[in-house]
Amino acid sequence: MLELALKGDKKYYGLVTILAAIVGVGTGFYLWQLQFGLGITGMSRDVTWGFYIAQFTFLVGVAASAVMLVLPYYLHDYKAFGKITILGEFLAVSSVTMCILFIFVDLGQPMRVLNVILYPTPNSMLFWDMIVLNGYLFLNIVIGWKVLEAERYGVPPPKWAKLLIYISIPWAVSIHTVTAFLYCGLPGRGFWLTAILAPRFLSSAFAAGPSLLILLCLLLRKVTNFDAGTKPIQTLSKIVTYAIIINVFFFLCEVFVAAYSQIPEHTAHLTYLFFGLHGHGALVPWMWTSMGLMLTAILLLLIPAARQNETILAVACLFVFAGTWIDKGMGMIAGGFVPNPMHHVNEYIPTLPEVLISIGVWAAGFLVLTLLFKIAIGVKQEAAGA
Amino acid sequence: MERSRRSFLKIAGLTALGVCAKPVADVWAASAEHGASPQGRFVVGDKALTAKHWAMVIDTRQFESAEDLEPIIEVCHKVHNVPNLTVERHEIKWIWEEEFEHAFPMKENRYLNERVKDLPFLVLCNHCENPPCVRACPTKATFKRASDGVVLMDFHRCIGCRFCMAACPYGARSFNFRDPRPFIAEVTTEFPTRMKGVVEKCNFCAERLAVGKMPACVEVSNGALAFGDLDDPASDVRQLLKENFTIRRKQSLGTEPSVYYIV
Repeated sequence: MLELALKGDKKYYGLVTILAAIVGVGTGFYLWQLQFGLGITGMSRDVTWGFYIAQFTFLVGVAASAVMLVLPYYLHDYKAFGKITILGEFLAVSSVTMCILFIFVDLGQPMRVLNVILYPTPNSMLFWDMIVLNGYLFLNIVIGWKVLEAERYGVPPPKWAKLLIYISIPWAVSIHTVTAFLYCGLPGRGFWLTAILAPRFLSSAFAAGPSLLILLCLLLRKVTNFDAGTKPIQTLSKIVTYAIIINVFFFLCEVFVAAYSQIPEHTAHLTYLFFGLHGHGALVPWMWTSMGLMLTAILLLLIPAARQNETILAVACLFVFAGTWIDKGMGMIAGGFVPNPMHHVNEYIPTLPEVLISIGVWAAGFLVLTLLFKIAIGVKQEAAGA
Repeated sequence: MERSRRSFLKIAGLTALGVCAKPVADVWAASAEHGASPQGRFVVGDKALTAKHWAMVIDTRQFESAEDLEPIIEVCHKVHNVPNLTVERHEIKWIWEEEFEHAFPMKENRYLNERVKDLPFLVLCNHCENPPCVRACPTKATFKRASDGVVLMDFHRCIGCRFCMAACPYGARSFNFRDPRPFIAEVTTEFPTRMKGVVEKCNFCAERLAVGKMPACVEVSNGALAFGDLDDPASDVRQLLKENFTIRRKQSLGTEPSVYYIV
């Protein structure tokens, strides 16, 4: 089926070229980082994880959200998702690819990465994260490929693929749970030390992922002749609505616990993020923007007439995606490190090379996504034409 | 054509997997069987200072100002080739000074004893009995030595993921954000220099204990820092703990620091 990714019009090749060029720029800056060290980033002794790990965390969510299609389609036989489940699985593949790349570019000694396998350490959550992420990547590649191949040849997918599909459902939950466990089990980091972190991660994931998928479906309808149909998009929009409401609700639960208990180690981080602390407040406008975007999106999504209007729906999805991205992709990680365990406030601001490397990784992910979607749509067009 | 290319790729993939899996399986088997490196074994030197649980007691009453702490910090950074980086973001420190409210957050009072209020406190790795950094490390590059409880780093195994830095509730760890070697004024040959991209921290002078010397900071402290075996009732540190009221940093977290402060 790979040959389908090679046959395309000028627009397709143009997109592939642009994405590849961005990957090239990012790679160039990464080589600089490889040569100099992580000192070219904004990270410091106090904020030791920054933009890379934040993107990783956000994208694990996007990857996990494929389960929002797989589960209704395969467990509940919800046929409307039949056309787009493959898109969700391929979105998961490209997201996990980005996750692994973001971890990789964040390592101080990337050439030693295999030490994680050579000296397996089950008490480290990073060890388990490696297992669940790679496992999820493998599952989605195999499942996506086999199901698509079966569709191409007009035969039912093999039985063992079905088994893998069932395994992939709890596995999707596990990737974001383990990712939350990276943070929420650390003593002395009050912002993350909350049992609700994994549920929070999952709720924002199930809002961000499906909203990106809605946007991608609308885009595909515009630029290709692939139409996902109204029904699956409307069902997805309801999933996004529930998930974003639950996400904001979970966040407010956190705010209540911190604000009512008034334990400084818990309030300090939220104060820093939303009001600034000791004169430092680089993230304050971002966090309020994030809240504004998520609340506006809830309002738009709750009104059925607005949700059913695909232009308004697109805006709402954009708001959900941007809002959760700021919340998780910027606030969640830096917010946990500021103030530091000694209650010093040293802020983190990503540097230009750091942002460019990140954009390079995003472009790599979207390149993978473009190729996979091209294949998937090619197969569907063949099947429709035949 | 399609069929043969496909089966060729399958066989090639399986072969590659087999070739990769063999050495990994070997390493796992070796570590399960012997638990030690196949190259050799460690022998404790004749002169080595040994203990069941090394601990430190810092008598802050013997300090008056930052000047008193300077030689202690300086000697540590000198013998361990700690670079002097000017950009604050990239700073590396093994032992440094903090005000009381930062060394002991949640213990500060609005109205504090005047001496304590202005006194700089020495802070360093606490060599916790239950170290969160060791729990977090995905490669065992940081580990608690079973023989004496010292928390150590293998600079050659560290992949630079900085999970240990997120896990440490004392901010005791530093990361080499760039090549540190150009920033070492005078290299001490008794201790390795580090490369970029690895984490480092205080090692309770494990390299000095091994040759019968007390930690460098203890040696130059004029008795303000005591170092000894916490499990030995007759040791200096146990005597000090018996006679003085001491506090430790963030005891509520259950990490069980091995550094005690007499205030």
